[in-house]
Amino acid sequence: MGAPTEKMETTSIHISTPITPKGRSSTTKRKNQNKQTAPTALQYTPELLQRRQKRRMRRERLSTLPFLLPSLIGVLVFFVLPFLVVIYYSVIDNPITKNFVLFENFTKLFNNAAFRLAVKNTLSFSLMAVPLAVILPLLLALILMGDIPGKSRFRTMFITPLMVPVASVVLIWQVVFHYNGVLNEVTALFGAAPIDWLKSEYGQIVLLVLFLWKNIGYNMILFMSALAAIPKDIIEVAMLEGAGPIRRFFSIKLRYLSSSIFFVALLSLINSFKVFREVYLLTGDYPYDTLYLLQHFMNNTFNSLDYQKLSAAAIIMSLVMIVIIGAMLIIDDKLGGELEE
Amino acid sequence: MNNITTERTSPPEEIHIIHKKKKSIPKMVLRAVLIVLLIVIAVAFLLPIVLTIANSFMSSSEISANYGKVFSGVSGTRTFIAEKVNLKFIPDKVSFSQYITVLFKSPDYLLKFWNSVILVAPIVVFQVVVALGASYCFARFQTKFRSIVFFAYIILMLMPYQVTLVPNYLVSDFLGLLDTRWAVILPGIFSPFAVFILTKFMRRIPSSMIEAAKLDGAGEWQIFTKVCVPVCRGIIWSVVVLIFMDYWNMVEQPLVLFKDRAEELSPLSVFLSKINTGDVGLAFAVATIYMVPALLLFMYSEEYLIDGIASQSGIKG
Repeated sequence: MGAPTEKMETTSIHISTPITPKGRSSTTKRKNQNKQTAPTALQYTPELLQRRQKRRMRRERLSTLPFLLPSLIGVLVFFVLPFLVVIYYSVIDNPITKNFVLFENFTKLFNNAAFRLAVKNTLSFSLMAVPLAVILPLLLALILMGDIPGKSRFRTMFITPLMVPVASVVLIWQVVFHYNGVLNEVTALFGAAPIDWLKSEYGQIVLLVLFLWKNIGYNMILFMSALAAIPKDIIEVAMLEGAGPIRRFFSIKLRYLSSSIFFVALLSLINSFKVFREVYLLTGDYPYDTLYLLQHFMNNTFNSLDYQKLSAAAIIMSLVMIVIIGAMLIIDDKLGGELEE
Repeated sequence: MNNITTERTSPPEEIHIIHKKKKSIPKMVLRAVLIVLLIVIAVAFLLPIVLTIANSFMSSSEISANYGKVFSGVSGTRTFIAEKVNLKFIPDKVSFSQYITVLFKSPDYLLKFWNSVILVAPIVVFQVVVALGASYCFARFQTKFRSIVFFAYIILMLMPYQVTLVPNYLVSDFLGLLDTRWAVILPGIFSPFAVFILTKFMRRIPSSMIEAAKLDGAGEWQIFTKVCVPVCRGIIWSVVVLIFMDYWNMVEQPLVLFKDRAEELSPLSVFLSKINTGDVGLAFAVATIYMVPALLLFMYSEEYLIDGIASQSGIKG
């Protein structure tokens, strides 16, 4: 590189239209560049300048890479590399003999009664929990976006459960849902027979209540911010053209919300796997059959240190997640594209 | 509830302009119904929290009288147990005896509380620090390599514990970290959650701000520390709250990663479930103490927290 003036020239030329030295035409420039490798100050061609600019940009880009390094190394060491080992473990018979068995671990896993029960319970819970965790917060967000007094108070109250550790309120849930608990006292007033809620077919309903209690606020805020981002003029036009509130919701708002709905659904799905916490804190290691979740299965397998089973389960789980995420992204993309037209 | 609730979705000004004359009785009734509904939901949401706190101020005899039917292991020699479970707001006599026992007489609970603190504090601090750097890199230039890596981070973020705990366990085992706090702390620090939110926020920093700093002769490090981080102060605060809550609540990691020394290392979030077979009266006090840091943090940072949640509007972008 040369004098500092050179650098200044590079930037200015890049931004404006290229100024050719001595007013030469662009064809001669190109020839010139081919012949000469070390041009003098007056012979800068746009291509050369662009190349320098590019090189400079690249250097600048590279200089930000060290910022990523700590995180990247950590992610590689604690997540990515061991996950490769997980993949390896899932296709060998055991860590000592290391015989390649392909799908044997997976077929064994699928034939495992505990795994099947855990999958069934987790699946049925998520299928109930995710739609409700999308619809109810959306309704609340719509109500709160209307003219309601004390909006921010309500908002605060709805997200408070998010901030309360599960472990702290477990005692109250026990008092409510126990065989001798409050809920049965209430249902007894209507002549219902008492049920041990957590040890019954209704166990998952109890979980659903706890799950919604904790997650509605978070999802509601996501929807509120999405609703606030809908362009006002479109809704105004629709109102002037006589579209009622229901029509306005289904033909306009829902389309703008589609992205958020997918995101909330995905978050809720992941959070629905975390409901294990509530189950564990309420019922311990060995819950009633309907509450035996995937995490219980994983914990028990960790205790017996069956690496093959663990690895196969983790891989199936991650594949399922990747398929779901991929499907959501594709559908979301299609809907989003429609919106832009 | 049904779709009529959408009635109120339009901004208030518009209603006043367009519907001023039409503010009919059915509409007012609907509005009243909605408000009542909201109040009912809000009360139901707060009830468990209020009850936990209220019950922590009851003496152990009152607790055993009220809940003897539910918790078999209620302590004490008192034999009186009410026929029915009695969920009460206001204690017969406000008593601090539970707190005194927890804070001064049984160091076990405080030790577990301390376990929670020394697990969560380093995770919160260093996850934010590490994530700030990574987000800066992702947000400053969006090359193909970086978008691919960022997307991989998002996928990782969306993986449930049932997936990530297995690699975490293997690497902790390999490094000999099992049964130490590091087994929980290190994966926590590199969890990509903060990177996701911070990157989304940093991408919205106007490039003119960075260009201006560059013209003033700032290098990348200075742009990062003097421009980027100060601009992100609000969002950092909300990320802190979100990470704190996630880990203050943790159950899965200690259960899997602490084995022989579980008794000694487990945070209060795991330990609390075991108290209900012991002294329930104390458990309410411990539960309240455990809630306090979270609730305080929430009160001081609610606005930031809401902004932080709202900023993650989608996977892409």
